[in-house]
Amino acid sequence: MFDINLFALFGQLLIGLINGSFYALLALGLAIIFGLLKVINFSQGALYMLGAFGAWMGLNYLGISYWWALFLVPLAVGAIGILCERFLIRPIANEDHLYSLLLTFGVALVLQGLFTHWYGSSGLPYAIPDELKGGFRLPFMYLPTYRAWIIVVSLAVCLGTWLLIEKTKLGAYLRAGTENPQLMQAFGINVPLIVTLTYGFGVALAGFAGVLAAPVYSVSPEMGSNILIVVFAIVVIGGMGSIGGAIATGLGMGVVEGLTKYFYPEASNTVIFLVMVLVLLTKPAGLFGKEA
Amino acid sequence: MNVMRKTLLISAMVAAGTTAQAANVSDDVVKIGVLGDMSGVYADISGQGSVEAVKMAVEDFGGTVLGKKIEVVHADDQNKPDVGSVIARKWVEEENVDVINGAVASSVTGAVTKFMSSKEKITLIAASASHAFTTKACSPFNAHWTYDVVSLANGTVKPMVQSGKKKWFFVTADYAFGHALEKVATGVISNNGGEVVGGVRAPLGTTDFSSYILQAQSSGADVIALANAGTDMVNALKTAAEFGVTDMVDVAGLLVFTPNAQALDPAVAGGMKLTTGFYWDMDDQTREWSKRYMARMDGKIPAMPHAGAYSSTMHYLKAVEAAGTDESKAVMAKMKEMPVEDFFSRNGYLRKDGRMVHDMLQVRIKNADERRDGNDIFAIEQIIPGKDAFLKLEEGGCKFALES
Repeated sequence: MFDINLFALFGQLLIGLINGSFYALLALGLAIIFGLLKVINFSQGALYMLGAFGAWMGLNYLGISYWWALFLVPLAVGAIGILCERFLIRPIANEDHLYSLLLTFGVALVLQGLFTHWYGSSGLPYAIPDELKGGFRLPFMYLPTYRAWIIVVSLAVCLGTWLLIEKTKLGAYLRAGTENPQLMQAFGINVPLIVTLTYGFGVALAGFAGVLAAPVYSVSPEMGSNILIVVFAIVVIGGMGSIGGAIATGLGMGVVEGLTKYFYPEASNTVIFLVMVLVLLTKPAGLFGKEA
Repeated sequence: MNVMRKTLLISAMVAAGTTAQAANVSDDVVKIGVLGDMSGVYADISGQGSVEAVKMAVEDFGGTVLGKKIEVVHADDQNKPDVGSVIARKWVEEENVDVINGAVASSVTGAVTKFMSSKEKITLIAASASHAFTTKACSPFNAHWTYDVVSLANGTVKPMVQSGKKKWFFVTADYAFGHALEKVATGVISNNGGEVVGGVRAPLGTTDFSSYILQAQSSGADVIALANAGTDMVNALKTAAEFGVTDMVDVAGLLVFTPNAQALDPAVAGGMKLTTGFYWDMDDQTREWSKRYMARMDGKIPAMPHAGAYSSTMHYLKAVEAAGTDESKAVMAKMKEMPVEDFFSRNGYLRKDGRMVHDMLQVRIKNADERRDGNDIFAIEQIIPGKDAFLKLEEGGCKFALES
């Protein structure tokens, strides 16, 4: 069973990295929202699904190409997120975290139900754009161009976001605003606006990931709930709210999962939770989290 | 309403001196319960479509049988066996449901048929895949209608092995259905001189299949068999096409419903062969029925379980009429006696063990340039006679059918 073929192993490692960059992108949105708003956003998966459906609707109803969708759909999803934050989450912002968790979970169920009602449960077709068809023949595997594109663009977005939050003045406001909102407001900074925009940005990332996923995964109402739990585990392993942690853990868990798929496929959707248990037992705040 | 009916029933029973009237139809109504996944992953292949199909059968039959009204009720089993059997119990014990048409997930069907048999009531199985309901878990009250794993494997796998595709690799959904499909297909492969060179068991709901596809590719197989269904099948096939595998080896989807085929880009799925119990665009008869169905379902084409739901209901009602009663044993005897011949079933008959044997279709998914529109998805390659498609009665090991 463990006859290791080095080429095959390289292939699995690369695939792990590709999936990992995808996880990183989704985990990043969750980490930002939790880090700055302290909201555990269960609707992230549904918004990811919305992104994929947005790409499909754009193409089929409005003739919007993949490339425009990549730019426009996250804006639209972000706008929906902003409305959600403003009218649903904010009224309960001072309650226990459980309230916002349940609320976002409810929003996810509603969205999923609506799309099942409108488009059915089987999913919709979405072709890979012509520019990204084909692939490269590496010595150890065939790498589709689209997968290479996923890894490049996800990492670029992750890195950009990390720099924005950790290294710019705007990012400093964001971090300060969550540390001590009263003090920030005393300095004349509009904290509620920052919070709303942050939430919008966080869910826009999910929408972006959804567009990226549309050509390679099944565009179906269930797609978000399938992936969300894994992404949550990744955020927990990385340390709730740690942005760098989410990115690094996303990549790492992609590789761990990829290797599991090679050696013992039956465990591939459990292995991440196993890691989560081990991490929580030894470092309750997560690998990159600060102890509370 | 329920309470009212109960009160009425009780007063009727009191009036009749606690014995039911000599009426041949119990409680003066023939009630059909449609059980299905109304909102989950199987909603497109059962759900509202099955409810409409059963209602169509009732309307086409005339709305009454033996002078009594036919009523249709429906419920969502959520693909959970416990939910399914609770609904079945409530229907039979409190609402006087005479027959259940439905349940999709084989686990739910297993629970429901077991309960129904204990109450001596008929279950018409139109959507489930497992062949257990007519073999080791068979019952005199089961009628398995549309297809099963054996007919899928025989229809799709056999011709491919015989045409020289000898080496097979399985990508199997890691639960009962996937295991059953793999086991049956493996039997067909080895009986026809082929061999299985490898396989992976992928958990249900796997999003990314690229790792498995790479393993399949390096196994040297001629055919990658997808022993999974729904979104899993779609994701696996999309990945196979993306990684250029479909250009080099054949991919065989062992269970593909029309909505799944519609969820795939023709560039990805075009050319793939599969087996189905029904295709809406086969001939004038199927088109006539399908157009009426589509008019009621926002233009969605019927999948094979929907056609099976209609056909089985219609046959049941005809049998009630012929038997002159809705008593299950008498009805089942008539169902097994009369041939099943309609737009869905060709050369069909309900065998002793409850298997409805009918012709199956081997089809090919059309390429983009062959399609008139989004509903034009299959080209029929071959008609597989029922006797070649399904497991033989003697091979199934259904005790009561072999003894009688």
